[in-house]
Amino acid sequence: MENGIDQKSEILLKAEHIDKKFPGVHALKDVSLELLKGEVHALLGENGAGKSTLINVLGGVFPPNSGEIFIEGKKTTIRNISDAQREGIAVIHQELVLVPYMSIAENIYMGREPKRNLVVDKTEMNREAEAVMKRVGLNRDPSTPVRELSIAQQQMVEIAKALSLDARILVMDEPTSSLTENEVNILFSIIRKLKADGVGIIYVSHRMSELFEITDRVTVMRDGAYIATKNTKETNADELVYLMVGRKVENYYTRNFREPGEVTLKVKNLSMKGLLDNISFEARAGEVVGFSGLIGAGRSELMQALVGLRKYESGTVEICGQLQNHQNYHKTIEKGIVLVPEDRKKLGLVLINHVAFNTTLAVLKEFMVRGTVNRKKENEIIDRAVKTLRIKTSGNEQKVGTLSGGNQQKVLIGKWLATNPEVLILDEPTRGVDVGAKADIYEIIDNLVQKGITIIMVSSDLNEVINMSDRVIVMKEGRITGTLKHEEINQEAVMHMATYEGGGNESNKENAG
Amino acid sequence: MNLIKKTLDEHSANPVVKYLKTNLGILTAFLIMFLFLTFASDKFLTVQNWINVARQISTNAVISIGVMSAILISGIDLTVGSVIALAGCVSVKLIENGTPILMGILTGVAVGTLSGIVTGMIIAYTKMPPFVVTLAMQNVGRGAAYLVANGAPIRCTTEAFEKMGTGYLGPVPNPVVYTVILMGLTWFILNKTQLGRHIYAVGGNREAAVFSGINIKKVEIFVYTYSGSLAAFAGVVLAARMASGQPAVGIGYETDAVAASVLGGASMTGGIGSVGGLIIGALVIGILSNGLNLLGVNSFWQYVAKGVVIIIAVYIDMIRKNKA
Repeated sequence: MENGIDQKSEILLKAEHIDKKFPGVHALKDVSLELLKGEVHALLGENGAGKSTLINVLGGVFPPNSGEIFIEGKKTTIRNISDAQREGIAVIHQELVLVPYMSIAENIYMGREPKRNLVVDKTEMNREAEAVMKRVGLNRDPSTPVRELSIAQQQMVEIAKALSLDARILVMDEPTSSLTENEVNILFSIIRKLKADGVGIIYVSHRMSELFEITDRVTVMRDGAYIATKNTKETNADELVYLMVGRKVENYYTRNFREPGEVTLKVKNLSMKGLLDNISFEARAGEVVGFSGLIGAGRSELMQALVGLRKYESGTVEICGQLQNHQNYHKTIEKGIVLVPEDRKKLGLVLINHVAFNTTLAVLKEFMVRGTVNRKKENEIIDRAVKTLRIKTSGNEQKVGTLSGGNQQKVLIGKWLATNPEVLILDEPTRGVDVGAKADIYEIIDNLVQKGITIIMVSSDLNEVINMSDRVIVMKEGRITGTLKHEEINQEAVMHMATYEGGGNESNKENAG
Repeated sequence: MNLIKKTLDEHSANPVVKYLKTNLGILTAFLIMFLFLTFASDKFLTVQNWINVARQISTNAVISIGVMSAILISGIDLTVGSVIALAGCVSVKLIENGTPILMGILTGVAVGTLSGIVTGMIIAYTKMPPFVVTLAMQNVGRGAAYLVANGAPIRCTTEAFEKMGTGYLGPVPNPVVYTVILMGLTWFILNKTQLGRHIYAVGGNREAAVFSGINIKKVEIFVYTYSGSLAAFAGVVLAARMASGQPAVGIGYETDAVAASVLGGASMTGGIGSVGGLIIGALVIGILSNGLNLLGVNSFWQYVAKGVVIIIAVYIDMIRKNKA
């Protein structure tokens, strides 16, 4: 299917001079946006640029202070979510909002279940659900509880729900952030189908390569203001980054490769029932070892096993020649191996507490001994993290939940660097992080390996793995299916190992095709 | 109000200012009640009345410490009321049967500690919801209290033991002295020790605490054990003050303790709360009862008033937090 759109396409949505103020923040400054029928329109900007606010204004979460919205040329006011629904606008949020214990059909028709004599007509509901599920290519029994679905399938349910509401304008906020390459391809084919049906899609994403693959136009925002709208075909990544950041970002990936040192981490025949099968690998000082694979390949589980957060049945882990016999994570930390977990909000940070609290949480014993608190030492630890990682805060007392995604990630990395690790495991270190902070994190990683730290980097972002790793280990279904040296790494090789190597299962092959 | 807020913002590094700022809502409520009662009753602002108020709130203040600690780790402790009764009965019975006074006191406290350890271990190892576990343990404790007391209050005739609850240190009643010491101890634990930070981390984000290498089970068992010990101590002091071990005492005390914690700014979802806030929370509950008594309001209406005040205070606090 063509990405280009008919010049004569009619305008589906037009938002003009939208202004939104919150106490102390001017979130949207005179922003305009235009969406055509059958267009995929990217909304691009760093965290805090105002994308979410704009989405929320369109979705009726909060009304704007001023500005006008036209739907198919007719002026409308959107004061709440039901106004937005009536106008055919549906928002698919980054964090999916489905009830896990209810069925697919119940989730799709929540609040407007088909009824017969006051009783919900389940047969009718399932039949109708099946019809919309077909439109998004979800081949499951509509009575399946949502908790049994993968993230990608749950997203399909959200899209199906939007379609069942006759949505003509679909807003997708970072729809691929927790999807594997395969699942992204499936999502894109759904998007192309919707496009052909004349649905307009506002697509928010940080991933540049996706924008070029799927969108027709890109609108860039910065600091709450409209910057520019470009035809995707007539622009390039450098220009978009420049518009987004407002300055040239040179050396997006910082990495100085050199010969790695001694072996610091040695894993032998590690197995975990149903999750990991006979995993063996080594990592050296001053080396970045990338871990690639589909979600569910067992990468995160392996990393959690290495630090002692999960028990494994057999195998050995050696750190700097010392055999690990760990039961508890707090003992493992002292050995010099730490994990910066994926999903910083859920597993990483205490969002309601401040920067200082979070940064020092793993090293309390360095300045708290038997009831005495060495404030000087404590502040040293915090200042070092803030300075070396260039964390932007209003002060050490700022609540972590109010920081941008990139700065939250830096606080999390800082927390673990404070333990002076030999081996630092980073699980999805740049997920949901804006371009500027991403470049910063790459630079931090490079600095750390220069100092002789071993970095294990689990990432679903192939470009990141390719550009940053000395070696890439590819996993599939709990097994290592291949290792690639830096000069051998390319997208095709990695994807091949992640999906086919060693006999793939049927559904994977099907999805890939 | 805006001017006050602005001035507070400018000096937010100062600990006193920080305290005023975080507890602005409840302090205002306290001040309004205080002023109203000062004018409405000529008995309110007298030394004798305030010594009474302080003594009356001491039981609630001590058990509130434990309940707030449980709330801080996003749990709850509903056992405190029955632990008060059980510990009081055990101590009085032992002392009346000739056990040395100190031994009797310590055994009473130990029984509460044991109850806390059991509660904490059940919660930590089975991962059952604290609400259910402590509700069940509340019944166990109440039953045990009646069994120890054979179903009727045990009279205490040992004057030296009674002194523990009725005596004074200078002009200050003993129970108030204990409360101050225990508040100080708790402040120390929460602010100056690793354990304290771990408590805030577990309540703020349990999974992040696990991924930070914090031993969650240890934190949970400590908190419920601490709460059990404090409630038992409060129970022994109360028994000394009343000169009897009463198996029916303390029913519904957990409500006042939860109220004091929440009024003091503790978040029911965990991770937020402080000893400073708790003191004000307990004071508000205390002068509310005292004030209504002085005004001659029917005691049944006092329950209604307490309930209404809790809802209003929490609602105001919620709005304030959403704005910030």
